[in-house]
Amino acid sequence: MALVQQSSPHAHNARPTSRVMLWVILAALPGLLAQTLFFGWGNLINVVWCIALALAAEAAILKLRSKPVAFFLKDNTAAVTGLLLGLSLPQFAPWWVSGIAVITAIVVAKQLYGGLGSNPFNPAMVGYALVLISFPVAMTTNWAQAATLWGGAPGFGETLSSIFSASQTTVDGWTMATPLDEYKHKIASHTAAEVLQHPTFGEQIAAGWEWVNLAFLAGGLLLIGLRIITWHIPVAFLAGIALMSLAFGSNPDQYAPLQLHLLAGGTMLGAFFIATDPVSAATSHQGKLIYGAGIGVLIYLIRSWGNYPDAVAFSVLLMNFAVPFIDHYTPPRTYGHHKPRRGLPGRNGG
Amino acid sequence: MTQLWNFAGGIHPPENKHQSTTRPIQQAGIPERLVLPLQQHIGEPAEVAVNVGDRVLKGQVVADVTSGMGVPVHAPTSGTIEAVEQLPVPHPSGMADWCVVLKPDGEDQWTELSPISDYKLMDREQVLQIIRNAGIAGMGGAGFPTDIKLRPPRDRKVETLILNGAECEPYITADDMTMREHAAEVVSGMQVMAWILRPARCVIGIEDNKPEAIAAMQAAVQGTQIEIAVIPTKYPSGGEKQLIEILTGLEVPSGGIPADVGVMCQNIGTSLAVSRAVFEGKPLISRVVTLTGEALQQPGNVEALIGTPISYLLAQAGLHPEQLNRLVLGGPMMGYTLHSDDVPVVKTSNCVIAATAGELPAPPPEQPCIRCGQCALACPMELLPQQLFWYAKAAEFEKAEHLNLFDCIECGACSYVCPSSIPLVQYYRYAKGEIRQQRAEQLKSDHARERFEARQARLEREQQEKEQRRKERAKAAAEAQAKKQAEAEQAAQEGEAVDDRAAKAALVQQALERKKAKAAKTAEAAAATPAPSQETASPDTTGEDQALPDIEALEKQLMQAQGKLDTMQGMLEEARAQQADNVDKLERAVAKNHDRVQRAEQALADARNVLAEQTGSAASE
Repeated sequence: MALVQQSSPHAHNARPTSRVMLWVILAALPGLLAQTLFFGWGNLINVVWCIALALAAEAAILKLRSKPVAFFLKDNTAAVTGLLLGLSLPQFAPWWVSGIAVITAIVVAKQLYGGLGSNPFNPAMVGYALVLISFPVAMTTNWAQAATLWGGAPGFGETLSSIFSASQTTVDGWTMATPLDEYKHKIASHTAAEVLQHPTFGEQIAAGWEWVNLAFLAGGLLLIGLRIITWHIPVAFLAGIALMSLAFGSNPDQYAPLQLHLLAGGTMLGAFFIATDPVSAATSHQGKLIYGAGIGVLIYLIRSWGNYPDAVAFSVLLMNFAVPFIDHYTPPRTYGHHKPRRGLPGRNGG
Repeated sequence: MTQLWNFAGGIHPPENKHQSTTRPIQQAGIPERLVLPLQQHIGEPAEVAVNVGDRVLKGQVVADVTSGMGVPVHAPTSGTIEAVEQLPVPHPSGMADWCVVLKPDGEDQWTELSPISDYKLMDREQVLQIIRNAGIAGMGGAGFPTDIKLRPPRDRKVETLILNGAECEPYITADDMTMREHAAEVVSGMQVMAWILRPARCVIGIEDNKPEAIAAMQAAVQGTQIEIAVIPTKYPSGGEKQLIEILTGLEVPSGGIPADVGVMCQNIGTSLAVSRAVFEGKPLISRVVTLTGEALQQPGNVEALIGTPISYLLAQAGLHPEQLNRLVLGGPMMGYTLHSDDVPVVKTSNCVIAATAGELPAPPPEQPCIRCGQCALACPMELLPQQLFWYAKAAEFEKAEHLNLFDCIECGACSYVCPSSIPLVQYYRYAKGEIRQQRAEQLKSDHARERFEARQARLEREQQEKEQRRKERAKAAAEAQAKKQAEAEQAAQEGEAVDDRAAKAALVQQALERKKAKAAKTAEAAAATPAPSQETASPDTTGEDQALPDIEALEKQLMQAQGKLDTMQGMLEEARAQQADNVDKLERAVAKNHDRVQRAEQALADARNVLAEQTGSAASE
């Protein structure tokens, strides 16, 4: 009788990383659905293309690193990176722009740093920031105009061919400045009422965008409900934007109003799906609050006074830099101790 | 309603308790052989008090601790002592330890018992002795002697006595069934402990997944001061520190004991044992054990004699040996795997899980940590499990210790939730082991250094003392010589009146004395120069025939010194020419050698004078 010898605990929870990542993908689907409904097929095509390329890139570099390819591909983390890029890139971004973003994310930002769990920066946002800086025209002129799938959006074939064609001449008629971009550049010379005349704002807050953001919010709440993420980062993130907006941008003739900040651009996707990437985020509750709030504040600063209309990628990356510092000073107070032990051994330890 | 607090973290693993609560506690009966380990408690192992071949009665002491902390071991039934030998005992390593082997005779004949009718008429110390002599040690797992625990430090008053009926580990139902069936005894045992400690509050904490036990206990505490606190089911609410927090809101300070915050926790089984010891006079010879797991036909709880082989119990419960994959002693969260079922039930064995491969499957391969923080959310001690994991893995033990590694209670909640299936607890055990070993080695090397330093100091002191004695001897010798010379001079003066021959003899003697003195002086001079020919100028050199070799030696010495001086001067000139760094050093060396030559010349001249005098006096003879 050969009995198994094993160290305790003998029971294990059956929710491996691969399933956690699968839930993240599922929770993002409402957002993807809203994007498709309100902006056409672009995001869906991007998502499929990015995921396929991400898996291929991950497999290739794992092979080069002599790592077990199937074992790591099955954890679904590369798919999530591809998904996040597909969701956040402009709908008509040419295939090579998204391709460069994906390959940078997987090869450079993730695998060259040591693979899963070792990357200090959010891989998807590294890829996004790279193409945003390198191809500013492609990244600003390819946003689809608000046109529902049933009214005005280009068909699947047209979208596909425009994304994968060499010349993007056909795209012009289907694109439009994003609400945040429009507001940022027009408010200097117009009143708020005049700016809001533009069709990109639609009848409510930001045509189509508000539904996309609400769908991501719903997916995010699902993740919190499933205890896959905690509320700390998203709440601090949104609170950071809101408090900055209330404190400095209450005049709509000067700055974009709060509802536009919260429901346009990549706010909700960023708050629930990007900033919560555990690998590159802070760990303790207190740390997560600081980290999330920092991203929110930076987003507001860049959107209001910087050169970019949206700023999720830069803000997340900047706060990624700060994570080791935040973690260092925000350990929780252990049971039976008066104070948390901050810093390093032998120094200001409590 | 009792006020409850919440503790951080915690998990809700599948309970798997219903399998073993379908039937009442069964009597396991008397096996063919009982194996009684001498160490079933924390402290010193008990010493065997019987001889092989002795017949012992049920309840008789077979081993006791005579010095140090510990409790006795009793015969669980009557029979013959078959052997005292090393046999496998329940331990994660599968090690063997000293055991008394008892062959039951089937008569189950009790030794004389002395139950106490009214313990309140007795001295508290006497009751504590009864508890100790009944062999009672904490039955929840650690096995700390109960009588010692019931004597908290003098300055620590126990305000709250807690009976731990949480039983939060999955599978285990021993305390649940004990409370259902022995509620009155559990309560009376707690009353004895409360009488000893005089706490302001007595509370029994029971998780809300045991409604039958709660009902039974609530009925049993009617008319007493004991309260029943129904606490939410959450692992590890039955951890001592967690239960204290739930029931009192207090935290046991790190490194401290519950008595530091005026609290004491006792186990349900322990309370039952105390009751039986006091009111029936019976020692701890049996305990309730949960037998469960899918490899058993009839899981349930049994009252087994201490020393009953686990194989005997499993066979009774209908074990399917071909399905048995893992045998766990304790719960699935903190228990350990047994190497074989050929180990006895001891005072701390609360549960045996005979698990199939599908029931407790091997964890999937470890994946990289994705810092998801699930472990930190689950940790009841509010540690940072992932940081501890990195530091343990990187062997940065100092940092792990800084992050309160030693506050980890190894409850396994972090490993349970880890999506990357990292065996976190195993890493912490490794780190703790390494740190303990490093500390032990540090202590050992500190001791070695102290020993070495003490030895060095002693050798130096002895050397100094030796030197001191040598100097004293030399001084005494010099004084004796001076005295002798003075006597000789006196004799010479007195002898002037004596005849010529005598006068001449005296002169010769005088010359010899002078020569001796000079030779001594020369020797001193020679001793100052560390030349190889020190011996030649020894003060013992007396008489004419010794004088000649003396001079030869001195001449040789002078030549050597001269030679060395020349060499040094040559080197010095060379060094000066090259402006070398060692000019200063060489100059000093030359000066030293110059002195040496002068001293040698002086010594030679003196020796020659003495020789001349001697020759002169000899000629005049």
